[in-house]
Amino acid sequence: MSGSKGDRRKERIDRGIKVRSDSVYAISSWKEITYLIAPRLVLILGLALAPLLLSAAPYWQRVVSIICVYSLLAIGFDFLANYVGLVSLGGGFYVGVGAYAAALLNTYFGLPPIITIPMATLLGAIICTVLFLPCLPLRGVYFAIVSLMYPLLAARIIEALDIFGGTDGILGVDGFSNVWLEQYFLILCVLVMVFALRRLVEEDIGLVFRGVKDNDQAVKASGININEFKALGVFIASALGCLGGACLTHMYMWAGLSQFALDFSIIPIAATVVGGGGTLVGPVLGCMILVPVSELLRDFGSLRIAVYSIVLTAFIVFKSEGIMTYAARKYEQFERWVEI
Amino acid sequence: MGSEPLLSVRNVSKKFGGVLALSGVSLDVFTGDIVGIIGPNGSGKTTLVNAITGFIQADTGAVHFKGKDITNWKPHKIAALGLTRTFQVMRPYFSLPAYKNLIVPLFSPRARKTGGWRGGGKMGSRDTVAVDILEEIGFERDSYVPFKMASSLPTGYLKRLELARCLALRPEIIICDEVFSGLSMSEMASMVPLIEKLQMEGITLIMVEHRLRELFRLAGRVVVLNFGCKIAEGTSEEVMEYPEVKEAYFGSEEVYDYV
Ligand SMILES: Nc1ncnc2c1ncn2[C@@H]1O[C@H](COP(=O)(O)OP(=O)(O)O)[C@@H](O)[C@H]1O
Ligand SMILES: [Mg+2]
Repeated sequence: MSGSKGDRRKERIDRGIKVRSDSVYAISSWKEITYLIAPRLVLILGLALAPLLLSAAPYWQRVVSIICVYSLLAIGFDFLANYVGLVSLGGGFYVGVGAYAAALLNTYFGLPPIITIPMATLLGAIICTVLFLPCLPLRGVYFAIVSLMYPLLAARIIEALDIFGGTDGILGVDGFSNVWLEQYFLILCVLVMVFALRRLVEEDIGLVFRGVKDNDQAVKASGININEFKALGVFIASALGCLGGACLTHMYMWAGLSQFALDFSIIPIAATVVGGGGTLVGPVLGCMILVPVSELLRDFGSLRIAVYSIVLTAFIVFKSEGIMTYAARKYEQFERWVEI
Repeated sequence: MGSEPLLSVRNVSKKFGGVLALSGVSLDVFTGDIVGIIGPNGSGKTTLVNAITGFIQADTGAVHFKGKDITNWKPHKIAALGLTRTFQVMRPYFSLPAYKNLIVPLFSPRARKTGGWRGGGKMGSRDTVAVDILEEIGFERDSYVPFKMASSLPTGYLKRLELARCLALRPEIIICDEVFSGLSMSEMASMVPLIEKLQMEGITLIMVEHRLRELFRLAGRVVVLNFGCKIAEGTSEEVMEYPEVKEAYFGSEEVYDYV
């Protein structure tokens, strides 16, 4: 950098209201309270109103549910990648396991969705975590590649052994009793998970997770088994995916090989990039953009992937921080030019 | 001193490709000792620390701690047993206040069992315990140093933060990998009494150093490494008499750097 006169540098400073609402004064005035809860309110109201606004278009109502399923996956991906340090492409596996678990529980044992969904979430997450245990010591891209094998392998195994209905899948699964229940249940799940995880990463245990990502040596030297925490991270992320998968099964009244599809592994990453990694809300925003776009592009057939790639590349090149990171910065800080 | 060493390292060797980083190093450490490990750069000091604390697997040899064979145990299990270490390259959470950096060790099973810092029953909130530990190790609470961002702290405090991370486990042995390097004269001067204080509190210390003057003040016994071999052991006066040590350290013109 040249030190010549007239050089200017952009400086970012926290807004006064942000500083005030960080501290005990947060409850001192309506202004601060509004400042604090407005973003949360926008998200909650936005999601809650979507089914009502789209009630005239049943096709797009279904899209809201799909957005929610992808959002659950994307939140899990973001958590695992940015707080635990595991880049998991196993999204398709989580969904598939959750979907088949719910379908089997429903068709074999006759359990209603209100029981199959939580059971499939829990059982599925246990299955996924146990199967991922051998991969936990892998780092970076190696974990990513191996995790991508899981959904592919699972689909091939079901096909080859002709178990769980083989290529036909499991038919005759009960549906949600009505579309409103389906939508609001999923929306509630997404909201609860976003807020719960955002809280979790701020707790002491969240710092341990971040330690596992940023400096695993120091965590080991502190007497903590990093593989336990990685397993816990995978459990949380796969539970989110299995929950999505179980809901998907009851939405379509069917569990099949397409629930191991690569879309469930790939779209969550794209959504996290677009929405802003590490924010946990960003990925939900990303899904709200990418899933409808991909529905609109359905008519273009395989050109869809090309458009998708261009959108993603553009985002990475021009706004690599993601929408949510950008918005949060604008909301919390102002910029000014200073002379150096 | 009891007859049984607290830590005993027997004949540990380690090869990295063609480089023999450690060859047949043995070492005994007794409760309450401050043992110094010195040697020129690349002589295998950090490798020895890594082999003792489980961060690398030794090719041969055995490590016993408190009578248990801990050879090739996982690092977290060794730390949980009470043998912990600092890192030569520190990587604290720069974006967090200093005291938040101690949450990770305070979260460990060992810290829960020992009740955090001063022991005794139920632990307060981890934040409180963390600030207490930092105060203990010279972060002035009155001037809010424990609450400052780690990124704004000078090296001296970061080295202490690294020590504090170990202390949070209430360990029996701390192995310090070059806590004096990179410090200013005044920072070193204040580090010495701190180490002495830890010793008085009953913590056994192994100080790996590249610089000699501060170490010789502290260490009762010194082990000298060169090219992965132990070339001398004894009090600081004794080891300086070895011709190999004179060769390794004083044969070079860097002599004024060291003493
Ligand atoms: N992980 C590693 N891989 C390959 N060589 C290593 C590794 N760690 C250390 N070495 C080599 O072992 C020797 C001893 O290194 P080290 O223990 O770091 O020395 P010191 O801490 O005494 O400066 C050096 O030659 C170094 O290059
Ligand atoms: Mg070293």
